[in-house]
Amino acid sequence: MSNIKLVEKNLKKRYARERRFQLYGKMAVLTGFIFLALLLIDIISKAMPAFQATEILLDIPLDHATLELEPAQKLDQDTLSALNYAGLIKTALRQAFPEVTNRSDKKLLYKLVSDGAEFTLRDHIISNPELIGKDSISLWIKADDDIDTLFKLETLTSRVKPEQVAFVEQLKQENRIATHFNTTFFSNSDSREPEQAGIKGALLGSFWTLLVTLLLSLPIGIGAAVYLEEFAPQNKLTDFVEININNLAAVPSIVFGLLGLAVFINFFGMPRSAPLVGGLVLSLMTLPTIIISSRAAIKAVPPSIKEAALGLGASHVQTVFHHVIPLAMPGILTGAIIGMAQALGETAPLLMIGMVAFIVDVPGGILDSATVLPVQIYLWADSPERAFTALTAATILVLLVFLATMNTLAILLRKHFEKRW
Amino acid sequence: MSSSALILIILGLSLIAFLTGRQRAYRQKAHSRLKALPNHYGVLTALWSGVPALILIVAWLLAGPAYMQHQIIQSLPDSIASQQQDTLELYLNSINLAIKNGTAVDDPVSQKAIAGYQQAEQQSRYLITGLVFTLCLSGIIFGLSKKLVDSHARISIEKAIKIALMLCSGVAIFTTIGIVLSVLFEAIKFFDSVSFFEFIFGTTWSPQTSIRTDQVGGSGTFGAIPLFVGTLLISAIAMFIAVPIGLMTAIYLSEYASNRFRTFAKPALELLAGIPTVVYGFFAALSVAPFIRDLGQSLGLTVASESALAAGIVMGVMIIPFVSSLSDDVINAVPQSMRDGSLGLGATHSETIKQVVIPAALPGIVGGILLAASRAIGETMIVVMAAGLAANLTANPLDAVTTVTVQIVTLLTGDQEFDSPKTLAAFALGLMLFVTTLVLNVIALHIVRRYREQYE
Repeated sequence: MSNIKLVEKNLKKRYARERRFQLYGKMAVLTGFIFLALLLIDIISKAMPAFQATEILLDIPLDHATLELEPAQKLDQDTLSALNYAGLIKTALRQAFPEVTNRSDKKLLYKLVSDGAEFTLRDHIISNPELIGKDSISLWIKADDDIDTLFKLETLTSRVKPEQVAFVEQLKQENRIATHFNTTFFSNSDSREPEQAGIKGALLGSFWTLLVTLLLSLPIGIGAAVYLEEFAPQNKLTDFVEININNLAAVPSIVFGLLGLAVFINFFGMPRSAPLVGGLVLSLMTLPTIIISSRAAIKAVPPSIKEAALGLGASHVQTVFHHVIPLAMPGILTGAIIGMAQALGETAPLLMIGMVAFIVDVPGGILDSATVLPVQIYLWADSPERAFTALTAATILVLLVFLATMNTLAILLRKHFEKRW
Repeated sequence: MSSSALILIILGLSLIAFLTGRQRAYRQKAHSRLKALPNHYGVLTALWSGVPALILIVAWLLAGPAYMQHQIIQSLPDSIASQQQDTLELYLNSINLAIKNGTAVDDPVSQKAIAGYQQAEQQSRYLITGLVFTLCLSGIIFGLSKKLVDSHARISIEKAIKIALMLCSGVAIFTTIGIVLSVLFEAIKFFDSVSFFEFIFGTTWSPQTSIRTDQVGGSGTFGAIPLFVGTLLISAIAMFIAVPIGLMTAIYLSEYASNRFRTFAKPALELLAGIPTVVYGFFAALSVAPFIRDLGQSLGLTVASESALAAGIVMGVMIIPFVSSLSDDVINAVPQSMRDGSLGLGATHSETIKQVVIPAALPGIVGGILLAASRAIGETMIVVMAAGLAANLTANPLDAVTTVTVQIVTLLTGDQEFDSPKTLAAFALGLMLFVTTLVLNVIALHIVRRYREQYE
């Protein structure tokens, strides 16, 4: 048999193999896309309920007799905040369901609304004191999270009693229950009650932490990159620094958390849970990213520009600070934004330095106890209440929106300022 | 004066130093030629007056609190100072709290300690304030001296800038030293109470130490083998997913895909790398793990609700972009002439890839896979949220296992006293983790560099 025949005999098989190989490649790319799509769809579908909150319309009596106030009494801040708001809401609920007389049923009735309802009412009255004395005002009051789940998703959680289902049915017929956009999610901080929990504290915590990270890692990163690219002598020490930076980029993030715990908190006695320590740890973590990208950007500045500056009599330092760094700035900033995006999504090292505490106050500075968005996600994902799952997914969406914005900004910056010399 | 006020004062004095230094240079200019611009002399004077004072303040902020604590212990009578470590700490805490909140205490010994502390603090504040003013003012005076005005001010400033830049790049070294020292010291303390070989070769992990020494069953056993096996199991599952998919993706995108598809698909897949790990953890714990459990039950298998499989699969997805982008780089680095040669001899495209491109790129691919493996071993959030806490020694991917990183997190996030073997064990695990990933990285970077040199 001639060689040609031999080749022809196998050709079909070989072409089939070729097609199969291409198919495997297509399948691999497709699998990646499918995973990405599944992840996003899963999170978006879980997050949607959290942006809507169920509220109940109550007619709250505010006449002087119910409030036990004298009509002539002056309404100062103290009197207003000392009123029995919980009692008012209970009265309103009883008036909405006059047929409920039995003690245990009343208890179930009171559980329709959120535990935080009295504070909503209090804030409303304090900001509108002229309402006092009216017979009644209509106000939308947040429902309890179990009722919220029942009304929005029509699923019964184990804690909802049949009587309460009947109450909700009745409210539905009277058009006194509806879902509204959940502003609490953006205006409140963490809470044990899902319907009162929000991400404001975590957002500000992330802001302070990232501020510290940016202020530390950007100047130090640029400085290190400039030194290594422009001034460092070619010797063993410089090589060692370079190897070090490459290795630091691959050290697991949790090890940076151990460093933060042992050095910043135990040795230097800095406060636990503070954005200052979080920012320090994250800046050490993002430094390699910023240094590596800044070096690439500095390297891309053509030598002719430097030579021109040196030729006109500028010193080396002047050349670098007046010409090289400004020209490399877009590249450096792109790297910095990517580093910040990394820092924004980082969780593990912050767990080590105690940013996992349950913190209700909004942090006002870098020394206050705080938590950050990813840690809030971790905390809520652990909570048993069903409603927290939706909150977690919604927080993830907020985080992803921030990350997408930062990365788009980085891409635009690169596209807009990128120069081909 | 508080330290922030002092820093403001230093900045103010530096500004004055700048103005006077510049003024002096202008005056000098009237008589003789200057060697630099008047502004340079101003900046140099400001540096001389501000920098030493700032260094002093930073040193005080870092070392001061520890020194003051030491002073308190020194001032306590022997009867208290010689007590057990934890009672002493309790005592110190109550004193510190009283100082911080300004509350009165009844105990005369603490009263004395507090008074001593307050006096010492007052004195040290006066001392620091005095030193700051002396340093700043002597800097200004030096700036006005004949010696400085005759010097090359710009060259001195540039020297200072170069030193500052050098210190910036030194941060990388200090970080590494900091990591090594902090982890190593705590780990050595741990190995004082638990033998190194028991830690490395022991097969039972139950870190519940007792609070009192006489409690039953509270000694805690620290055999880390189950953790190592669990880490390896989950990482192996992840690599089993990520390597074939990542490699085939890289091959398809660099060898087959059209330019248009590539410019769209590459960034889209890299999105997977940009998603925070806590998001993957949520996805693994709340969607993938229940799905796998239900699937297993319908097939008649018993699947733990925190199975290694769920965590491993999701971790694999996370690593796909690492493997694919690293492999992409090395496949692109294979010279076109090698492909042309193979195609010219009549090989099909896939035969060229399988028999020429991949073998040529193999070292680089292996390096990339090692880097991805070190990622998988050090990954924390996915396993913390989706893998279990129970240290089972098993190779069954349907069982719950725990990993090194999970244990570090659980040991360090609970209520804890810092010096118990329980928390120190976390640092020993951290040391293991650091060393393992470091070795993997060094090997991988070495292989990749050797490979690059080959084709450059």
